[in-house]
Amino acid sequence: MKEMMNANELRKKYLVEDMMPTIFCNGCGHGNALDYVFWAMEELELDLDKVAFTSGIGCSSRIPGYINADGLHTTHGRALAFSTGLKAARPDMDVIVFTGDGDCTGIGGNHFIHAARRNIDITVILLNNFIYGMTGGQQAPTAPIGSIATTSPYGNIEQAFNICELAKALGAAYVARWPVSHPYQPIKSIKEGIQKEGFALIELMSPCPTAYGRRNKLGNIEKLWQWYDDNTILMEEYDKIMDYGTEEEKEAIKSMIQIGVFQDEEKPGFFEAYDELVDRLIEIDDKKAQGGK
Amino acid sequence: MIEIVLDWCKGCEICVKRCPVDAFEISDILNKRGIYPPKLKEVNDCNYCRLCELLCPDFAITVIPDEEKEPVESKSKLIIGGICNEV
Repeated sequence: MKEMMNANELRKKYLVEDMMPTIFCNGCGHGNALDYVFWAMEELELDLDKVAFTSGIGCSSRIPGYINADGLHTTHGRALAFSTGLKAARPDMDVIVFTGDGDCTGIGGNHFIHAARRNIDITVILLNNFIYGMTGGQQAPTAPIGSIATTSPYGNIEQAFNICELAKALGAAYVARWPVSHPYQPIKSIKEGIQKEGFALIELMSPCPTAYGRRNKLGNIEKLWQWYDDNTILMEEYDKIMDYGTEEEKEAIKSMIQIGVFQDEEKPGFFEAYDELVDRLIEIDDKKAQGGK
Repeated sequence: MIEIVLDWCKGCEICVKRCPVDAFEISDILNKRGIYPPKLKEVNDCNYCRLCELLCPDFAITVIPDEEKEPVESKSKLIIGGICNEV
């Protein structure tokens, strides 16, 4: 096995150090997500010239600017549409998309649905912080019931978007959700997602102390990180308690957010199927031409 | 040894709170942003687990294991049937 790299060497290789320090707020989890992607890429020994990063608009979409590789900063919500085109033009490249919860499921909801349905071979790293952080803390579709935002000052009454369950239902090849407060599981999931042929969605729950935490009495960074530990449950554990637990135990975990790998399947991606279709049509065409003579 | 890029630190103190052996404390050096970055305690139990390195959102921490502390590799001598085999 390759010896683990020193973090200084890792940063020299992947990080654009002139851009540092990052624009992220104090305690924001987006920096962690970036770090995990670096480690995953290092473990996979990816060539930086063969990876492209795409992003839309938002805090999370500033991330490709810090990476020493090609990046595409696109319009709001359309990161997945641009990535589809990029993958179609350059199938040899690994496309990694950084997107936020508002960008991916709010404005770009339909793009997300259809990219997952078509099973396009891209890796989506969705940084979910429950709020539109960059524009001043408006309520995002992923905000839990009762959470306070500038557009819902008396508490949110809408049901939260369960992105992973949606992607699972749409038949994405790889779906996982992890909080950024534990490093090893996200690194492993990102690695698997990049290797996977087909749509890989890794939802990283990233704390936002400035826009979300401050309004929801979680402004203290330690408290906010603790909230993530207290309010998440491994999906295997959740299923076990739901099957064999007592009523009180079931009640206690009902509002918790499930984490883990939701889906891990091998199936042909969109471009694989497309290549097959092209080959088949060429064959038919050739037969016709021969028959005609 | 732990290297900290002082000017990149934003003072979230995640490393101080999350260190499994409680090896960090807040230093009294003021950095460019006007906050006090963390430092290793004088007496600490740091075992180079590198968790702080991964959890730092601002890429400010690097853990470099001290070379002198590593166990010295020694050749074991297995004696089988009176013959000394170096393994």
